[in-house]
Amino acid sequence: MSDVAVHEADHGTHGHTTTTGLSNNKIAMWLFLGSECLLFGGLISTYMLYRGRVSEGPRPGNVFDIPFTSVSSFILLMSSLTMVLAVSAAQNRDDRGTTLWLTITALLGATFVGGQVYEFTAMYNEGLGFTTSLFGSSFYTLTGFHGVHVTVGIIMLMSVVGIIKRSTIPGDKAEVVELVGLYWHFVDVIWIIIFTLVYLIPA
Amino acid sequence: MAIIERPATAGGVEIAPPATPSRAQGGFKRPVATTGWKSWLFTVDHKKLGIMYGVMAMFFFIVGGIEAVLIRLQLAAPEGKVLSASVYNQMFTMHATTMVFLFVMPMAAAFANYFIPLQIGARDVAFPRMNAFGFWCVLGGGIFINLSWFLGGAADGGWFMYAPNSGPIFSPSHGVDFWTLGLQITGIASLTGAINLIVTVLNMRAPGMSLMKMPVFTWLQLVVQFLLLFAVPVITVALFLLSFQRNFGATFFDVSAGADPLLWQHLFWIFGHPEVYILILPSFGIISEVLPVFSKKPLFGYPFVVFSGAAIGFVGWGVWAHHMFASGLGPVSVAVFSISTMAIAIPTGVKIVNWTLTLWGGKLRFTAAMHFAVGLIVLFTIGGLSGVTHSVAPSDTQQTDTYYIVAHFHYVLFGGAVFGLFSGFYYWWPKMFGKTLNEKLGKANFWLMVIGMNMTFGPMHILGLQGQPRRMYQWTEARAGEGFFNLAFWNQIASIGSLILVVGVLLFLINVVKTARSKELAPLDPWDSRTLEWMTSSPPKEHNFDVIPTVHHLDEFFHRKYQQDPVTHEYKQIATAEEILADQEAHADKHIHMPSPSYWPIVLAATLPIITTGVIYSIPVAIVGGIFLVLAMFGWALEPSTAPETDFDPPAAGESTKELAPLV
Amino acid sequence: MTAATETHTEHDHSHDDHAQHGMSNAGYIRIALILAAMTALEVSTYYVDFGALFMPVLIILMVVKFFIVVSYFMHLKFDNKLFSFCFYAGLFLAVMVYVIALATFKFFAA
Repeated sequence: MSDVAVHEADHGTHGHTTTTGLSNNKIAMWLFLGSECLLFGGLISTYMLYRGRVSEGPRPGNVFDIPFTSVSSFILLMSSLTMVLAVSAAQNRDDRGTTLWLTITALLGATFVGGQVYEFTAMYNEGLGFTTSLFGSSFYTLTGFHGVHVTVGIIMLMSVVGIIKRSTIPGDKAEVVELVGLYWHFVDVIWIIIFTLVYLIPA
Repeated sequence: MAIIERPATAGGVEIAPPATPSRAQGGFKRPVATTGWKSWLFTVDHKKLGIMYGVMAMFFFIVGGIEAVLIRLQLAAPEGKVLSASVYNQMFTMHATTMVFLFVMPMAAAFANYFIPLQIGARDVAFPRMNAFGFWCVLGGGIFINLSWFLGGAADGGWFMYAPNSGPIFSPSHGVDFWTLGLQITGIASLTGAINLIVTVLNMRAPGMSLMKMPVFTWLQLVVQFLLLFAVPVITVALFLLSFQRNFGATFFDVSAGADPLLWQHLFWIFGHPEVYILILPSFGIISEVLPVFSKKPLFGYPFVVFSGAAIGFVGWGVWAHHMFASGLGPVSVAVFSISTMAIAIPTGVKIVNWTLTLWGGKLRFTAAMHFAVGLIVLFTIGGLSGVTHSVAPSDTQQTDTYYIVAHFHYVLFGGAVFGLFSGFYYWWPKMFGKTLNEKLGKANFWLMVIGMNMTFGPMHILGLQGQPRRMYQWTEARAGEGFFNLAFWNQIASIGSLILVVGVLLFLINVVKTARSKELAPLDPWDSRTLEWMTSSPPKEHNFDVIPTVHHLDEFFHRKYQQDPVTHEYKQIATAEEILADQEAHADKHIHMPSPSYWPIVLAATLPIITTGVIYSIPVAIVGGIFLVLAMFGWALEPSTAPETDFDPPAAGESTKELAPLV
Repeated sequence: MTAATETHTEHDHSHDDHAQHGMSNAGYIRIALILAAMTALEVSTYYVDFGALFMPVLIILMVVKFFIVVSYFMHLKFDNKLFSFCFYAGLFLAVMVYVIALATFKFFAA
């Protein structure tokens, strides 16, 4: 539902000042991210509880390719840098810089998702299906939810690029970029946790 | 959109209207109908949405009530034949689901939607389209869940749907699928609604209204919205896990694969206990408005009521495992949760003391609303006390899954939450519809409900302590026992009580119809109220207030009507509600900018049941639904923020209040 | 919040808001380099035996990286405290309830 939160522009605040002086949209985004903490918390806890429970099929240590995942994690981490540069450009009203950094961020994100698809395929070929074991179900659910979040983020990034290019949408574009940025960074910090808890710390 | 903003001419200089985006961006223009069914379907007005929430919730209250009566009829006689065992399971599951998710929560949302903006002096919520979207989600989700009755049977795992009992082996019909996916849809509504109302309360208060000058109803609703914000994602996770197991073969609750059945219980109750406060706090808020008004006194210890509400909201996160004392958590966990559960009785007790001391020494007026409010204090306290007995783990182990539990939560939810909502109906009806509900019928309604509910749920304490299990489908004469503790006798009393309750609720519905037909209009300020929602016409204009009030006091409206004599310290009336309203109308704001209606909330919400239907029956349908969802989101995002001027009909002759500036 | 004020002033106003929590691009790059170095240290635990330090090092690095991104890239350090409240309330509750729930499974004892 994050799209809803991001693009609900210009309705409540149109031409108004707010009680706190803060933007409605930005408070809404932070509330949404606070709420997402409990969503990912539940998924991570489920994985932590179940990762050692392998009734059949491979165990976590057998299927993880740490060097590969390290590279894709690094790519996602660096997409946070390009994202923050996009926000910075948007705040300086530099439309070209904004679209450039947004596009690079989306490409880095797409690389990460592509890596995830490759990783899932490789694991599946090694015998770890979604229904194989508790480890399989909870691993694919957790990383899949994260992957969906990244994908939604990519769609939002590209939409913002489109909005800036068309330049017919009124309102504060810097704020839209900032909101998408908040979402993007959040997805990144979730991966920081997943990378350590799921991949680096063995079951 | 009744308020048409026209370019005004000021001293001969034309002022351009605010820039509106080109409507070419959206798939549709924005709708502009102000009357007829379209004005309801596409509305984003918080008051219309509040009424729609209310009508929908009342419908589901009747549905849930019928389910309850069927349960009681089944148990009225030994070896009941009204329902089969399987249908009985579906009946109690859907009764609870309907009452919790489709009646109490939406009814609380109805009051929140209607009255939060009015109480804080705002013209609408922060995200009006998101508000409409939430309503259509709840409606869609509610219908979706109930469709399962006609498609192979409803969910039958009890409202907390313990896995693995709710897994595909023990619950093979699609009922649980409809239940999980339908609740996901209503969960989206709760989440967007929570974000919307929190932002509204934080950011759209009238000038001068600091947090500690907000009405208590708004305060407690703010706490509720934070609870929803953080509790809903937890049930979302649980529902996803269950759906993935049932629909895609995941193993989350498959004990043979090594799964732990307590995982579902933890996730459900981490959500479920805050949910209890989500259900009760709105009613606490309502009676915290009603009691001062009908006692002619300010609420006793306003900051204590506010902070104890926030404390309940916080401590409510640390008590969930008391629902699981019988599950073998281990002595340390049980001891910790036992203590935290006892602790949460303290802020609740603070509230009861505050309400009682509000009544103390007041000039009490026993209107129907006041009856229900006082009824809540008494009945909730009974339920609260039986709740404290559950916090004692050894005692709880004895009571778990007996009718004693059923008695407890009906005292707090019916005697508490529902009585509070009825108090709200009688108190706010004149504000919402301009007519006062009949007081005589209202009092009859109250007394029948009090008698009915005590007859229905009171005996359940005895039944439970005698060992009648919860969800028992039949009882037999041979095992009913003898004398005072005869199960047959108390079951019959409870069943008769439920019929009295039905008559009580029917009286309310009759009252509604009678009032709607009556020509008698309510006075502007029938109860001599204290808060801002009464400082406008009844029903309020679309833009709520002609002038946004500047707030100087808690209970601002009261302080505009009354002033304290510096010598005698007595309050003397200095203005009537009519005078205050006339003064506002005389100084109405020139340009009032209201959001236009929109097609997208209902379109976007309609894609969700398509997706969930597809998940159950055919994945391609879900994919098509998903595509529509994405398209609808783009339509939503690109919609122009207002309809262009030319889309509006010119105002009718003499409709001057709506035409705020002359046409150029 | 009454009359529709002119759109332009509203926009200028919100741009002032953004300016206050700006960090220079060079600053962002420095932070990214720190994050990269920490990630490299994390990954090195896979190749080098850290012994007893293995778990604490990884957990500490994870937490520090989390807060660096949230504080600097997401501006929470510079922004209004209300945003911090919205986010950290959720984070705090999440950590609290899930750690307690896992504790009842004796997860940390294993």
